[in-house]
Amino acid sequence: MTGVRPSLRRRPTGEPVLHARSFDLLCLTMGFVLLVHAAHLPWWLTTALGVVLVARWQQRRRGGRNAPFWIKLPLIGLLLAAVILQNGTLFGREPGSAFAVGLLVLKLLESEHRRDARVGIAFACFALMSALLFDQGLIASLFVSLGLVPALATLRSLEEVEPQATPWSREFTPVLLVLLAAIPLSLFAFLFVPRLSTPLWGTPQNSQAITGLSNRLAPGDMLDLMTDDTPALRVSFDGPPPPNTARYFRAYTMQLFDGEGWSPGSRSARRPPSDAEYGTRIAYQASLEPTHDRVVPMLDLATMAPPDTVLRPDHTVLANRRIDEVLTFSALAATSYRFEPVLDEGVRRDNLQLPMGAGPKARELAASWAQRHGADHAAIARAALAMFHDGFSYTLAPAPLGRDRIDDFLFQTREGYCEHFASAFTFLMRAAGIPARVVTGYQGGYWNTTGSYLLVRRSDAHAWSEVWLEGRGWVRFDPTASVRPERVQLGAAAAAAGHGGEEGLFDVPWLRNLRDRWDVVNQWWNRGVIGFDALRQQGLLQPFGIAHAEVTDLALVFAIGCALLVAAALGWALFQRREGDALDAWMRRLQRKLAKAGVSRRAGEGPKHFFARAARALPAQRNALERLSELYLRLRYGYDEPPPESVSEFGRAVKELKARRVVK
Amino acid sequence: MPPRVQRLFAWAERRLPSLTRLRQREPLPIQLHRRRIYIVPTGFGVGFSVLLGVMLVGSLNYANNAALMLTCLLGAATAGSMLVAFRVLNGLTIGGLRAGTARAGEPIRVSLDIGASQRERMAVRLDIQGREHVFVVPAGAATTVEFDLPTEFRGWLALPRMRVHSRWPLGMFRVWSWLHPDRTVLVYPRPEALGPKPFEPRGDADRGRPRAGDELAALRDYRPGDPRRQIAWKLSARHHGLLVKDLEQPAPQEDWRLDWDGMHGLDDESRIARLARWIDEARETGRRWSLKLPDGYFDVAQGDEHYHRCMTALALRP
Repeated sequence: MTGVRPSLRRRPTGEPVLHARSFDLLCLTMGFVLLVHAAHLPWWLTTALGVVLVARWQQRRRGGRNAPFWIKLPLIGLLLAAVILQNGTLFGREPGSAFAVGLLVLKLLESEHRRDARVGIAFACFALMSALLFDQGLIASLFVSLGLVPALATLRSLEEVEPQATPWSREFTPVLLVLLAAIPLSLFAFLFVPRLSTPLWGTPQNSQAITGLSNRLAPGDMLDLMTDDTPALRVSFDGPPPPNTARYFRAYTMQLFDGEGWSPGSRSARRPPSDAEYGTRIAYQASLEPTHDRVVPMLDLATMAPPDTVLRPDHTVLANRRIDEVLTFSALAATSYRFEPVLDEGVRRDNLQLPMGAGPKARELAASWAQRHGADHAAIARAALAMFHDGFSYTLAPAPLGRDRIDDFLFQTREGYCEHFASAFTFLMRAAGIPARVVTGYQGGYWNTTGSYLLVRRSDAHAWSEVWLEGRGWVRFDPTASVRPERVQLGAAAAAAGHGGEEGLFDVPWLRNLRDRWDVVNQWWNRGVIGFDALRQQGLLQPFGIAHAEVTDLALVFAIGCALLVAAALGWALFQRREGDALDAWMRRLQRKLAKAGVSRRAGEGPKHFFARAARALPAQRNALERLSELYLRLRYGYDEPPPESVSEFGRAVKELKARRVVK
Repeated sequence: MPPRVQRLFAWAERRLPSLTRLRQREPLPIQLHRRRIYIVPTGFGVGFSVLLGVMLVGSLNYANNAALMLTCLLGAATAGSMLVAFRVLNGLTIGGLRAGTARAGEPIRVSLDIGASQRERMAVRLDIQGREHVFVVPAGAATTVEFDLPTEFRGWLALPRMRVHSRWPLGMFRVWSWLHPDRTVLVYPRPEALGPKPFEPRGDADRGRPRAGDELAALRDYRPGDPRRQIAWKLSARHHGLLVKDLEQPAPQEDWRLDWDGMHGLDDESRIARLARWIDEARETGRRWSLKLPDGYFDVAQGDEHYHRCMTALALRP
């Protein structure tokens, strides 16, 4: 060697280099980690790391060894620069995971020895886990756990004597078996590891886009949402489900109109919840998919707030924390109610407010209605609905609106979908002097007969209006329903189908059935696994009479259960089939019997000698022993395979033998 | 090793003889069972469990149940690998020892049969005097491990303590068991490097005179009295006189009569070394020899069996 090569770490000496097979498996593991993280890494970083990985794999296949120092260091610098350029910082969930995955792949460049591979695999396991912080859905979780297979296979091949000689299929099946065998213990641990009721350190504030409803409504904004078929929430009812036309889930009420869009007024937050009288009520359980927002859509009308949430004055519900995991709750909804029969003066002002100059023609129209119907507000609302019913059409691809959105929509394009109608209707009501507001949320949903629950997708997002009528309080008016009743009666899919022209393409019964079942599985995963929190854990021991399991109880159950499982596993580990056949088993039994009587067979003592010695020691049994001896010798040495009936005869003789120590 | 740790080891060896190298000698075959198989996590295993702890705290903190499940699965698989490791050694039988021959100072080749009646045992390692041998034991059969032991003195050489261990399957746990078989292998004496030839009795009257035989030794002029059939007629025809074929028996190699008491003024070890050299030489030149020792006599013979018998007797001289 000429000169000293600088290196970042102490080089282990004398340790053999990795076999090609182990290295292949290591590369496979790293590739899997990269794949798992690809969903949230920038695409160029994923590609670049993939190229590095493949290049290194090729290089080593051709007999290359450690990448030199002058390649490694710039690559690390490049990775650091790339991550910081992309995210602006190195700290946080996205940049942290990007940097970790990058380092992991670069670690391959200097993985030559067993030690390197082990360190790599350990951190790959960590990286796999961190991928679940981004998405813990059923598919993602299964996919990530699949990554454990190559990881453990790598560790296994590091120990193999001849890794190269093993066929590829035999690398993975034993690992799969080990993982399958680990499932009971892991499930048990999962159930009983005490959950933290408060986090030890702050959970990261990720910059993940809010999905689902937003707290602003402008015509055209909701379109992304309406084409997204991702589940938003699942609801199961204690009694019969309400009819489709009553399935309104309120998320936001919006009082502030700026000429373009609607947003919740700030003043509404500072009041106590407005009073309401409830008629029939309906109880339901819902599980809400993470929205990375705080709002909780509730079935019209929410009567109280579920735990950890607050009921706002407009009876919408806001969670105390951002919803980053699936939120499950049960609630009580009133299907008939009188909501805020006495309107606060400030609220009335808010709900009559209109921006200056917007929609002059609409105001004129509203003023003409007001003149005709006077104080009969309900008649004005009916007139507006009738107008929508006659001249308007429902489409998800409306013509673009000009500067004055309300007038343009009402008198020019006359086509649109829920938010256009809700927005225009509310405007008209306000212009006619009736307090009104826009409500957004979900409407409809799909009844899953397999799981008996209502699946509400994001595409079920909807906007409607609430109008305050003297003596009746806030009353729900859905102008979309008068334009296109199917939207409300059958759901968003039906409404869109009429215009989309792809009716029935994906609506084959068996496919629908399959989708139903798949969604049931997802629901089960969300409720059973993701939603399993400290509270649910405390209720775990209820069937055993412990209403409120403390951490110590849980730990105790955990310890006992683990001990039982370990005992079962130990039994498996210690289980050893006895050598030999039935005859040997009987002979062993005889030996135990005789040993109790004081005649134990010596190591290396032949049967004949042993029987003779036993017969001398136990003169009372001499005849029986001689018979046994003769029988044994004949059976053992007379046949290749002793006949079973003779073996059982020998067994009977062994059982009958009464070996008793002779008192000398 | 710092002295503290050494003291700790010494204490452990006093207290837990079966756990350590102080295990008593025992007869072969040895079957490994649960009372003599020990498991500890390796350094990597400890590191990995720390990592598992970090993963556990992390997933609990973020209340991420999927991550928690993954951590539990990984932890359970790791714990399960401990049992798999145990099963590698459990029921392993060590028996069947064979040794080659070696003279003191040369390494002696020893082979050991290691078998298992059930299950294939992967990556079993056997540590003998600082060297590690790795092998796979197939199910229902035995593997032979061959290794060299350094020798220093003649006589019986006890097998050193051996450690059979394994890190299979994941390298996180090491199972081990000490073996201390009470078997010995024989080491022949070291022959001296240089020395005189054995004393050959010269008193024999026959000595030096060629005996008549069948092989042609030389041609010479005819002397009266030579038998006629020895005259080389064809050759003689081309010469002036008669030539006679002188036939004789090749002088036979003298049997060496090696005698312990024939060497004066030497101590026992030197005598053994010298006798060993002579026996080696006799065997190499194809000579026959006899060996007389104070407590035994091996009559004139040759061949491997004779050699081993003589060498064994020498090796075992007190």
